[in-house]
Amino acid sequence: MSSMASLILLSIGILFNLFGCIGLVRLPDVYNRLQAATKCVTLGTCSILIGVLLHFGVSDAGVKAIIAIPILFFASTVAAHALIRGAYQFGIKLGDKSIKDDYKDAVK
Amino acid sequence: MTFYLNILLYIQIALSGICMYRIIRGPTIPDRMVGIDIFGILVVGICAIIAIQTERSFILDIGIAWIILSFIGTLTLAKYLSGKKLNE
Repeated sequence: MSSMASLILLSIGILFNLFGCIGLVRLPDVYNRLQAATKCVTLGTCSILIGVLLHFGVSDAGVKAIIAIPILFFASTVAAHALIRGAYQFGIKLGDKSIKDDYKDAVK
Repeated sequence: MTFYLNILLYIQIALSGICMYRIIRGPTIPDRMVGIDIFGILVVGICAIIAIQTERSFILDIGIAWIILSFIGTLTLAKYLSGKKLNE
């Protein structure tokens, strides 16, 4: 039973990873790409880790999976934020279809 | 069960191949760095699936270490992109 639930969670996680990678390839500029990819892939990997937790139960591997989830959340979101700020200050333009740039007004 | 886990592992490896496409093709430097960041997160998923397959727990340690190293690397590259020195 718990192995079935763990397989379902693994499948959901890999589905989210697939959506994130499609966004990484298909979207037009770097801001859209990072937004799609970071959100989807972080959620999908957390789902995979919860699946690992259900598979192993409360043992050494399960505790490692629990520890990995908050580390992954904080690390990936903070890294994405810093990266996108660096890209803006590096001078990357928004894509052709973008219509609004709030960060420019906020900085000024 | 084992067969299905194999399929999931191959799908995850193919997804990291898609990230490789973005790293190689990316028109600008931040595009490549986004690809590297996402690749690092996908590797954690690969480690988790291999940990289930082999029933060993130390492979999850590799995943945690990979997250932290990828975090530090991305922060350093972002600092480099914004044109500041590392001690500012």
